[in-house]
Amino acid sequence: MAMKLPSSSKTAARYLTIFIHYLAQYIKTKMAYRWDFFIHIFTEFLQQSVSLIFILIIFSKVPAIQGWTRDQVLFIYGFFLVPFGIYSGFFNHLFDVPEKYVLQGEFDRILVRPINAWYQVVVETMRPELLVSMIVGIIIMIHSGSRMGLVPVWWDIPLAAVLVAGAALVYAGVYTFLASLGFWTEGNLGLMPMVYNLSQYGRYPMTIYRGPVRFLLTWILPFAFVGFYPATIVMHRYEYMGYALLTPVVGIVSFVIAYLFWEAGVKRYRGTGS
Amino acid sequence: MVNRLLLYLELIRMEFVNNLAYRSFYFTGILNYSIQIGAYFFLWDAVYAGNRVIGGLDREEMITYVIIAWVVRSFYFSNLDRRVGTDIREGKIALELIRPYSYQMVKYARSFGEAIFRMLFFALPAGLAIYLIRPFTLPIGWDSVVMFVIAVLGAFVINAQISMIAGFVVFFTKSPTGVYKAKRVIMDLLSGLLLPISFYPGWARDIIQLLPFQAVSYLPNMIYLGQISGAAAFKVLGLQVFWITVLGLLAHLFWRFAVKHVVIQGG
Repeated sequence: MAMKLPSSSKTAARYLTIFIHYLAQYIKTKMAYRWDFFIHIFTEFLQQSVSLIFILIIFSKVPAIQGWTRDQVLFIYGFFLVPFGIYSGFFNHLFDVPEKYVLQGEFDRILVRPINAWYQVVVETMRPELLVSMIVGIIIMIHSGSRMGLVPVWWDIPLAAVLVAGAALVYAGVYTFLASLGFWTEGNLGLMPMVYNLSQYGRYPMTIYRGPVRFLLTWILPFAFVGFYPATIVMHRYEYMGYALLTPVVGIVSFVIAYLFWEAGVKRYRGTGS
Repeated sequence: MVNRLLLYLELIRMEFVNNLAYRSFYFTGILNYSIQIGAYFFLWDAVYAGNRVIGGLDREEMITYVIIAWVVRSFYFSNLDRRVGTDIREGKIALELIRPYSYQMVKYARSFGEAIFRMLFFALPAGLAIYLIRPFTLPIGWDSVVMFVIAVLGAFVINAQISMIAGFVVFFTKSPTGVYKAKRVIMDLLSGLLLPISFYPGWARDIIQLLPFQAVSYLPNMIYLGQISGAAAFKVLGLQVFWITVLGLLAHLFWRFAVKHVVIQGG
């Protein structure tokens, strides 16, 4: 494989140090505009609350949607918010690649450094404060889980962690793939908002979608694996166990394919010539 | 006076022509809106299983409501708040102050030019494309069509005014992205874009009725559906005029205050 993964613990430590340095710089720049920073976190909460209100109002009118109760739909949404938080914090700004890095030639700067290019882009554009969505999601899961009388077992947490990692890799894969397109198109295709909206499909039970849409969300742009499928098994509903357990595999496959595509794109990159 | 008017007309035309250069961008926009509408379509279709009536709307009306709400949004939506906010952040507002025209009117005129473009290349084609995929209910009579079109124009003005005020708020918070996002989220919820206001619990409806937001999406959509007609529809237009006056005044006050306290960041 063409992946230049850290080959020893020494490299891993180096990558971690770099992450910490980037994080320190990030916090410094954010603290210069302290207000902006806190308003940002606040609006993130506001946005999640609106989605929550939306679900709550619908369920104040109907007892269930195709057999899915309020608490189950809330639980799926809560689970969805955890990988979504990781995505917002680290992968959302991969959409800067086509314009900022390729078109404007910022990628030159990335390539002359002896660190993996993808990693650099991710840490340069990360917004770690958006990880707050994860906390909101966990609170929603605990709340709705206890309301539906869910009895936690010891393997829930390690299982959830593996599923969340898989789901986050699905996000990383899809966004890396879209970012890589920038090496060919040399500009923004405007696909990112579209894919973002599609990713939001993953927070509702797949049963509400018709065949082709469900197929698309399962096998092509696998956003069914960022919310619904893995969430069902965490709330101990086992009809979709096969799919749920596939989550880490789908995550790894998506990311590996996307990363190979990224590497091919990087080879194509010729700078802006100025 | 006539000169001024010609200036604003020219600005509307300019913005329209400018946007022509980004036609392909709007093509992906149509797809994007279709995906968004699709998500709500599937959800509402499932919610309405068994053909019930919720919040005064049956399944067909609800699906039409969602489609119309988003198609109309593709017309009135603008980045006015961002543009005003950027002028403030980059200190361009200082330059605007010495120019012999109304800053706000220039912004509105350009937004309107963009809106006309969006109507021709975004809202109408999107509406048509969606109609071909999933036919939705058309208005019953010409009177609802006329009232709906006027109400949508009112919605454009009110949305533009709210955006203008949001842009001015950047003066005070120095936090552009947070303000834009907060505005968008509040509008989505309180304008009726996400949910018809009739779905909300009584106390929430009482509050929302005292706010301008529902005049942007909920009320025009209800006119389209024929749920508001006749004298009630005229009342909606009257309410829009009322809010346009109040918001215009509010924007003016913000503008005056901001000009007095202008701080150019990093100048």
